[in-house]
Amino acid sequence: MILVYLIISIAGIFALGWLFRWTGQKINWPKDEWNIYFRDMSYLVGVGFIFAVALILFTLYVYFILQIKFFVWGVQLLVICGLSGYIFRFLGRRIGTEGSRKLFRSMPVTAAFGILTVILYALLAIFADFIAPYEQDEIFEVINALPGGNPDLGGDPRFLLGTDQLGRDLLSRLIYGAQNTVGIAFATTVFSFLIGITGGFLAATLGGWVDQVLSRAVDALMAIPQLIFALLLMTIATAWAGSNKVMIMVYMVLIIAVLDSTRVYRLSRAVGLNIVVMDFIEAAKVRGETLRYLLFREILPNATAPLLAEFGLRFCFVFLTISALSFLGIGIQPPLADWGTMVRDLAQFINFAAFSPLTATLPLLAAGAIALLTVAVNFIVDWVLHKSSGLKS
Amino acid sequence: MGSIFGIILRRIVLGILTLFVVSLLIFASVNMLPGDFAQTILGQGATPEAVESIREDLGLNKHPVQRYLDWLGGIIQGDFGVSFAQANFAEYGGTSVELGGIASVADQLAPRFKNTMFLAGVSAAISVPLSVMLGILAALYSNSIFDRAINISTLSSISSPEFFLAYILILFLAVLNPIFPSLSNVYEGMTFWEKLDRTMLPALTLTLIVTAHMMRMTRAAIINLMVSPYIEMARLKGTAPLMIIVRHALPNSLAPIINVIALNLAYLITGVVVVEVVFVYPGIGQLFVDSVKVRDIPIVQACCLIFAASYILLNLLADIMTILSNPRLRHPK
Repeated sequence: MILVYLIISIAGIFALGWLFRWTGQKINWPKDEWNIYFRDMSYLVGVGFIFAVALILFTLYVYFILQIKFFVWGVQLLVICGLSGYIFRFLGRRIGTEGSRKLFRSMPVTAAFGILTVILYALLAIFADFIAPYEQDEIFEVINALPGGNPDLGGDPRFLLGTDQLGRDLLSRLIYGAQNTVGIAFATTVFSFLIGITGGFLAATLGGWVDQVLSRAVDALMAIPQLIFALLLMTIATAWAGSNKVMIMVYMVLIIAVLDSTRVYRLSRAVGLNIVVMDFIEAAKVRGETLRYLLFREILPNATAPLLAEFGLRFCFVFLTISALSFLGIGIQPPLADWGTMVRDLAQFINFAAFSPLTATLPLLAAGAIALLTVAVNFIVDWVLHKSSGLKS
Repeated sequence: MGSIFGIILRRIVLGILTLFVVSLLIFASVNMLPGDFAQTILGQGATPEAVESIREDLGLNKHPVQRYLDWLGGIIQGDFGVSFAQANFAEYGGTSVELGGIASVADQLAPRFKNTMFLAGVSAAISVPLSVMLGILAALYSNSIFDRAINISTLSSISSPEFFLAYILILFLAVLNPIFPSLSNVYEGMTFWEKLDRTMLPALTLTLIVTAHMMRMTRAAIINLMVSPYIEMARLKGTAPLMIIVRHALPNSLAPIINVIALNLAYLITGVVVVEVVFVYPGIGQLFVDSVKVRDIPIVQACCLIFAASYILLNLLADIMTILSNPRLRHPK
């Protein structure tokens, strides 16, 4: 049934698109450019116009007439995100030094939004202790209080987002999640870069058998899909750690850092190979500099630009891997608050969407917190990559 | 023609070699487990006799190299051993592992492998045509509003975690509008349409992730070519923009597109883990995660090997297809 509606509406849009172009060509517009525009319009552009109009009408219909809660919230959220990015860029263009204003002038709204979000997350993570109303593992006598804080609907005014099955405040846990999840992911990425960059630059400078051994080892590690290999190694790590939950997390950080450093290794080796052949490296070698000086004082400063963009991407990847592991129940361990674990624990509430929309947003809130950060970082990286490559073409 | 076969043969041999190294890696990491498998199987209250007998059954008292060769030999013959849960059951039930009568890992994996392949197949059938089409359209109208909207939405869907997309889909397509079931309990004996209906939500989730990536690569590959002189020539002689892309740009950008499609198919088979857990889909990923939690090593090993093998196989396929689609690689100087 749904399929039939879908096919009919798509066919209708295509027919209307044709009609739109046809009438546009028949009418004699007052302005000559319009006549030319319609004459040269391809069929698909006409369909695109109609499709856009249909999309806007559909959005307005659901927003104002049907008023589906989640749809309304989603649209509002999108508008707020877009506006905040726009305002942030506007402010950035006015306030600040000459350099920063220049930077903001060439920035798309998406990148501005990304930077704003990353700053907010960083603030949330650093000042979680001051922002969160309660401790992350503080247990109250109110169990499973519903969000909203209205006592008539099963809420509690003390807990804005309600409490979980053990009676812990969900808002505090969400805020502390920023500290734990983002912090652990960040530490893992830094660690992965330390390993990857050192290995990659070593292979590039020394060459020979060091390069061969490292490269073949990395090839072998990369032949197994990352999440799968991480899961296999976590099986072993949990056996090693036993009931020591801190050790499980330490092993997880180590495992993901090592697995992820293979990608960093590949990049830094490729970048390093281009730098090693330069004359200043030759000069430094002749000067008799140590290997450490060569790697971190000569090569690293010249490789920061591509490595920084890669850092953003790798951070997203590590963050998603850790969240996925936590979601599967073998990542960050309780009592630490973590978004992946929260999604898993709260997932069942999504079935209450029809009666209690606020409750159903709880798992989406935790999952959305993960998504928002990775999307934001990706927006920034996309802009940086576009900026560094777009100038050439 | 001989040279193509030579190249392809070399790739295949390289692939088999990689697979061999991977199996070694998996075996080695599993052998880093502390203590003894037999102890793990039987738990804390095991008598020394029971431990000894299970060690005998599983061949644990042999040298690691011998065990590795046995394991590898078994796999080549399609025998992945017996899962710990089943071995434990057999031990307490009094039957020996050797006698049979209990399900082997291969028996447990086979139906689930079929389900996972079905899920991957459905998602591929939706996502591959969709992403190539969208990629062509985005390249055709590059830098228009359409292109930018597609760029933002695909970037968002690539970078979101799978479970976020999955729960959004559940919310809108299963809870608020009950179109598809949110739990996909697929079992033997269902008709194809029933199965398709149950598989739809996980398949759509995977489609969202994979399409975004493939579409971006298709767009980039075509746009890269749009500045070449022969495209300009086609434009000057008055070929329609869509025709330029389909007739002139697409054949030359086939190699990167095929590559990214194969890579994403590999992702479909390996990245299904989270999606299968969300939808309780009875596939290999679900079994893998469950076995990881209870440390059922034979199953973990087998799943890992299957995932790695499909990953390597699809990469190999991409390699070979790339060579075949590019005459310059087909006839190396």
